[in-house]
Amino acid sequence: MIEAGSLSASVDGAILIGAVLLEAIALYGVYGVVEDVLGQRVVNRLRTT
Amino acid sequence: MELLGLSLAMVGLFVGFGLLIGVLFGFFGMGGSFLVTPALLVMGYPTRVAVGSGLAFVFGTSVIATLKHRDLGQVDYKLGLLMIVGTTAGIEVGKEIVVHLESLGLAGSIISVTYVFLLGGIGAFVTYEAVNGDGGDGIDHDTAEEPADADDIPDIAKTIQSYRVPPMIDLRGGVTVSLWMILGVAFATGLLSGFLGVGGGFIRMPALFYLIGVPVPIAVGTDLFEIVFSGGLGSFLYALDGGVDLSIVVPLLAGSAFGARIGSAATSIVDEGEIKVYFGLMLLGGALAVAIREIGKIYELPILNRVSLVLILGSALLVSGAVVYSSITALREENQTASPTVE
Repeated sequence: MIEAGSLSASVDGAILIGAVLLEAIALYGVYGVVEDVLGQRVVNRLRTT
Repeated sequence: MELLGLSLAMVGLFVGFGLLIGVLFGFFGMGGSFLVTPALLVMGYPTRVAVGSGLAFVFGTSVIATLKHRDLGQVDYKLGLLMIVGTTAGIEVGKEIVVHLESLGLAGSIISVTYVFLLGGIGAFVTYEAVNGDGGDGIDHDTAEEPADADDIPDIAKTIQSYRVPPMIDLRGGVTVSLWMILGVAFATGLLSGFLGVGGGFIRMPALFYLIGVPVPIAVGTDLFEIVFSGGLGSFLYALDGGVDLSIVVPLLAGSAFGARIGSAATSIVDEGEIKVYFGLMLLGGALAVAIREIGKIYELPILNRVSLVLILGSALLVSGAVVYSSITALREENQTASPTVE
């Protein structure tokens, strides 16, 4: 039988790790857009300076 | 002003530290747990929070770095899943050995000595290979889809690949290895990982290259893919006991996400041979840092704990700086080759 306390801890733990996963995916997306917009410009700048 | 319950200076420090680690993680597929956890411990966080938050950070960073390596075609999912099976079994056996040693009162000292010798041994080997190897040409990081050049495959990997015990598994990079060899290498790396209580990237990534013969970029991408699972499970187990602090993880991840992009992109620009020597030196620095910390514990000298942290951070800063510097130099050389100046 699963105790309510341990189930609650499992749900809290899963939510916490889910939040980290969501942040990681969101950061990947946001930085991806930034890279698409600015990446080539930065690379060109680095090549020539 | 406070953000996430931390001062802005602390948030800035965590973001900067995350950036540094992200570059290493993106480039080498390792460097998270053995950098973050000691730093958090020295900053005064309880062990449970330092380890749990470190693992959650490694999990988040590995997700980001794996997605980036997937975009570059550098993740071998088949190899990754096989490695997870073998590694999990190895970790369980490693943990049992630790429990047995604990009952004999020998765990702490044996684990520390093994850690120092293993980290130092791999560091010395990689540094020696880089300095005295095949002229430092290294391996082209763009070889993800192409068959590996026979000259680039280490001798040990050639021997392991020659044992043709069925079923044979075709891997990316044109490598064919027996399933049992893959499981054996995965079990051995898992055993060490479970025994030492570390994520194991610094063991697994070189093992994939030196023992199985997988090209470096695929070794890095596949190692990261595996860390997503091991880091996710580990951080979940710590989160159950309140060991994951989001005020630490969120800013670290914000920095490392950016750093991982730089590190992953650098794998397509920089030859591994140029960086391998720094990688070896970083591992040697890590081994020395652990040895100094253990000496500090034995003789009750807290100052050695700080010396250990400075050594670890200094090594990480040196290597991530080398990755960025080599990338910029390579880009400039590429530019000069493409458009020679006419005077």
